[in-house]
Amino acid sequence: MKITREEVLHVAKLARLELTGEEVDRMTGQLDAILSYVAKLEELDTTGVSVTTHTQQVVNAFREDEVRPSLPRERALANGPEQNGETFVVPRVIG
Amino acid sequence: MLDAGEVSSVALTESVWARIDAVEPKIRAYLAMDREGALRQAEQADSKRKSGPCGPLCGVPVAIKDVLCTTSMPTTCGSRILEHFVAPYDATVVTRLSQAGTVLLGKLAMDEFAMGSTSENCAFQVPHNPWKLGYVAGGSSGGSAAAVAADECFASLGSDTGGSIRQPASLCGTVGMKPTYGRVSRYGLVAFASSLDQVGPLTKDVRDCALMMNAICGHDPLDSTSIDCPVPDFTAALQEGLKGVRIGIPTEYFGQGLDPEVNRAVRNGIAMLKEAGAEIVEVTLPHTDYCVAVYYLIAPAEASSNLARFDGVRYGFRDRSADSLVEMYNRSRSQGFGDEVKRRILIGTYALSSGYYDAFYKKASQVRTLIKEDFARAFAACDLMVSPVTPTPAWKIGDKADDPLALYLSDILTLSANLAGIPGMSVPCGFNSEGLPIGMQLQAAHFQEDILLRAAYNLEQRAGVAGKKPVIA
Repeated sequence: MKITREEVLHVAKLARLELTGEEVDRMTGQLDAILSYVAKLEELDTTGVSVTTHTQQVVNAFREDEVRPSLPRERALANGPEQNGETFVVPRVIG
Repeated sequence: MLDAGEVSSVALTESVWARIDAVEPKIRAYLAMDREGALRQAEQADSKRKSGPCGPLCGVPVAIKDVLCTTSMPTTCGSRILEHFVAPYDATVVTRLSQAGTVLLGKLAMDEFAMGSTSENCAFQVPHNPWKLGYVAGGSSGGSAAAVAADECFASLGSDTGGSIRQPASLCGTVGMKPTYGRVSRYGLVAFASSLDQVGPLTKDVRDCALMMNAICGHDPLDSTSIDCPVPDFTAALQEGLKGVRIGIPTEYFGQGLDPEVNRAVRNGIAMLKEAGAEIVEVTLPHTDYCVAVYYLIAPAEASSNLARFDGVRYGFRDRSADSLVEMYNRSRSQGFGDEVKRRILIGTYALSSGYYDAFYKKASQVRTLIKEDFARAFAACDLMVSPVTPTPAWKIGDKADDPLALYLSDILTLSANLAGIPGMSVPCGFNSEGLPIGMQLQAAHFQEDILLRAAYNLEQRAGVAGKKPVIA
């Protein structure tokens, strides 16, 4: 086994996902098959090979630090499931 | 016809609505339509045309994948979590199409967050293949391919992270182009895997593809990965003949599991390109067998990070029963995301998590370098490469839905272009005995889209496939 039920539960917690018992069982089997497959990368010796995280030579794209018009507050808030006209509102953070 | 004044954009747009009314109940490509907005844009295009010359796309009805932000319609990404989301700004490609004078008909169905190869992961509806109802249109830009193939729009935009433009284009018999990474702005494209995602057109023929590319390509200061590189007039590439062009055939792309009819159609296509004057050479991409493994670590890793923003706070679905913040996150995400998205978030989180990062994400990023180097070596020996797009033609809806790994493996021929950042294209080259379309993939070095268009144009002239229409019944 590449991944256990407990590990799936741990990863789900990190990813802020709540899985049902049935989902954990199914995902464990599927993730195990996928991780067993990707283990084929171990066949390759990559000592000294650099990583590619970006395919083009890119430098940081900076612009002048000047004030420009930005999204008006009401439009930024418009999609909020709960908001009070000034901020997004969320359930209590400290129990 | 628009140019000659033979038809107005309003009349053209109305004819497309009539077509949509007739076939959409069977095809199910559209998630949203904007009849009033389209009529207004068509009227504007007509008055613009009367007052002087305007571009070739002025007044042409188009549609876009529902992963591109629009202020005029919701942007759902095919997900419950964004069911009612209306973006506060337009994607740069949407603005560019509007500046070219196109008429925006609506938003097209897709796999949830562009994760999938069949569009079956769409939370709202599954588009059907116009060539055979009950068969998949491909994915993740399945709606974009089906709508073009069914004449429900003249052209569309899709997005391609691992083949999501080229694969549905192939399965639906349309032309599809994934441009070089950085060629087209990603501003307003809802991110799946940021180092792989690219927007591109799906069209009825190669000329339309060149026209759409002219409209959408170019540097955008709003996308920091957009590249400031001159954009040619892509229609200049539509020339007869391929004398002096070296076409590489990658041995590894004609391997095990390739459907014999696909093999035959692509080999016929290669013979046509040779007839057109191209020189055919064998090339090798030795790390092809590792592409699926690399992709299904890197793409989920980036996705798990990108999709962290869907937390029920600023937009999207929120579970209202939770009485703490963390519980609200957990429940909103768990109810809002579908199975495939959850699966990829889990793989990605695992591959990036402490203790596994080196073995999975870092290892995959190193092998990505080897894959990129394979392409650099191959393109020293040829100007472009041709191959199949997919190992098989379209299959029945539901047939591969229960085995995620089997479906991932069917992406083997398209993933590497995204990993290397090179442009790729799908062009129809034939049909199988059931009448299902078969596409040919063309790949070239960075920023060489014009050589792809030139070869595709020559194939199209000879293959006799362009202009063939499905009978939708």
